[in-house]
Amino acid sequence: MSDKKNLAVEIKDLVVEFRTDDSVVQAVNGLDLEIEKGKTLGLVGETGAGKTTTGLSILRLIPDPPGKIVSGTVKLNGEDIFAKTEKEMEKVRGNQVSMIFQDPMTSLDPVMTVEEQIAEVVELHENVNHAKAIERAKEMLELVGIPGERGTEYPHQFSGGMKQRVVIAIALACSPGLLIADEPTTALDVTIQAQVLEMMKNLREQYNTSMLMITHDLGIVAEICDTVSIIYAGRIVEHGTLEDVFDYTRHPYTEGLFNSLPDLDHREQRLKPIKGLMPDPSNLPAGCAFCPRCDYAMEICKTQKPKRVYRNEEHYVECHLYNEENIKEGMLNRK
Amino acid sequence: MSKGNNNAATSAKKRGQMYDVWRHLKRNKGAMLGLAIVVLLILMVAFAGIIYDYEDVVIKQDIPNRLQSPSAAHPFGTDEMGRDIMARIFHGARMSLGISVVAVCFSLVVGGILGASAGFFGGTVDMVIMRTMDILLAVPNILLAITIVAALGASNFNLILALTISSVPGFSRIVRGAVLTVRDSEYIEAARAIGAKNGRIILSHVIPNCIGPILVQTTLNVGGTILSTAGLSFLGLGVQAPRPEWGGMLSSGRTYIRDYSYITMFPGCMIMITILSLNLLGDGLRDALDPRLK
Repeated sequence: MSDKKNLAVEIKDLVVEFRTDDSVVQAVNGLDLEIEKGKTLGLVGETGAGKTTTGLSILRLIPDPPGKIVSGTVKLNGEDIFAKTEKEMEKVRGNQVSMIFQDPMTSLDPVMTVEEQIAEVVELHENVNHAKAIERAKEMLELVGIPGERGTEYPHQFSGGMKQRVVIAIALACSPGLLIADEPTTALDVTIQAQVLEMMKNLREQYNTSMLMITHDLGIVAEICDTVSIIYAGRIVEHGTLEDVFDYTRHPYTEGLFNSLPDLDHREQRLKPIKGLMPDPSNLPAGCAFCPRCDYAMEICKTQKPKRVYRNEEHYVECHLYNEENIKEGMLNRK
Repeated sequence: MSKGNNNAATSAKKRGQMYDVWRHLKRNKGAMLGLAIVVLLILMVAFAGIIYDYEDVVIKQDIPNRLQSPSAAHPFGTDEMGRDIMARIFHGARMSLGISVVAVCFSLVVGGILGASAGFFGGTVDMVIMRTMDILLAVPNILLAITIVAALGASNFNLILALTISSVPGFSRIVRGAVLTVRDSEYIEAARAIGAKNGRIILSHVIPNCIGPILVQTTLNVGGTILSTAGLSFLGLGVQAPRPEWGGMLSSGRTYIRDYSYITMFPGCMIMITILSLNLLGDGLRDALDPRLK
């Protein structure tokens, strides 16, 4: 099935561990993920679910030690990145794949002017001189809605939203095929969030960039993504198109995420947060990782890992509630 | 942001970043005073040979005129050999400042590279470099310098070598500490994510962010090295007589300190003024180089 699609990135069975002296933290456990060219995938999950680790794996930037990519493959445009040398990876980073970090306040170098920082990535990947690179930097600034002449200023002279725009300008300066956005709007207030998202949407279309949107905000997912993967304890528990996941929710965890959101139409209704916490990633349960928090948990959930059940070509769930027969109608009593 | 500020930023850019630093340095009165004195000292070093002839005035003994108090002919008086103290201070500056500045530059480069690699790469590299530095640190600075000069013989080159080796550990510690705080920041990770190589990350992101403590250490160290040079000369291991050097002058004048205190007072004051002005300048430069303080 996946052979026919034109994939920007394809992750298969990725396992990432952080090995410390006292324990092995299993951050990512057999994760599968694919993004078609020009499409946006939302990777949704709680803190500590392995979202950022997945993003960093694509750039091969997991801090090693203690991090270790144990198994799996990551293919960028069909090329296996784990087979590349460090030198080849340097060419990939920022050029084919770039990353927007969570906190724009700290991801810019405080003692370098903004245009220098944008020009740096241009100079690294394109054969241009410094003056040309600075020119490009100014163009990129204009593109993200900042007057070009402000490029000579330092990051501390910018507001949070403007800094995030600069970070986006750096990420897009070499028109990468894939953009990894690691909670790009988490550090921003809502009004700026909307602006930044709108801008990212436009730029994505302009550059025909694929995007991996790492977030915990389902609102952002609804706004910007084509497909959604729900990640829990380092595994994709539900994946499908935006419509599949939002309208035909199957996994109890996904249901829990939706139930944790306030509903404007039923304001008197109490929020129903998911009880408990993520399991300790250095000591995962033997069966389904969500089992201890699940309202629908059965005996089998405690001992056996659930298998993947497909609802259609795209949409699948990993949960013992389902088999080929009942996946179509669903088992949840979502409000 | 106001329009005026915008204009300031653009005009500054036109004249380059050095102008920007200069503009901020100018506002700092202490730093400007320091700079003025440093410039005077440099002029003094540059023109010492023109103002006072080395053979005739600086080292030639003139016993009849020994131990004269300051006067119009000898503004700082004469020493126990009848030599003009002002002339000796001018020529002594060449030795004191020259040796210290060269030694500090060497130790800045060596210590900086060692410290930066230790901090940046961590692990075994860090272990090997820093333990070696600890061994050097375990020996008192001046003792280490004395040992090196005594072993290799007293010459200007060996003196510089000794001073360099004894101040490298201090530099590498400071640089390593600064690099450690910067290394794990997100903008370094971001620089990796755009494909920058380690060398580039160190040079264009890590070092500029650590410049503050390094600069302060450098200026303080020039002062310290002048003192060490003086100390070694005082012990007879530094610059050899009759070549004048501030520390050596202090040392030979100490016999007369009760009756002719000016012999030691003037070189002493010069050492103090030099160190003070370097510290003022270094502090001001640090502030001017940091864009966050502008």
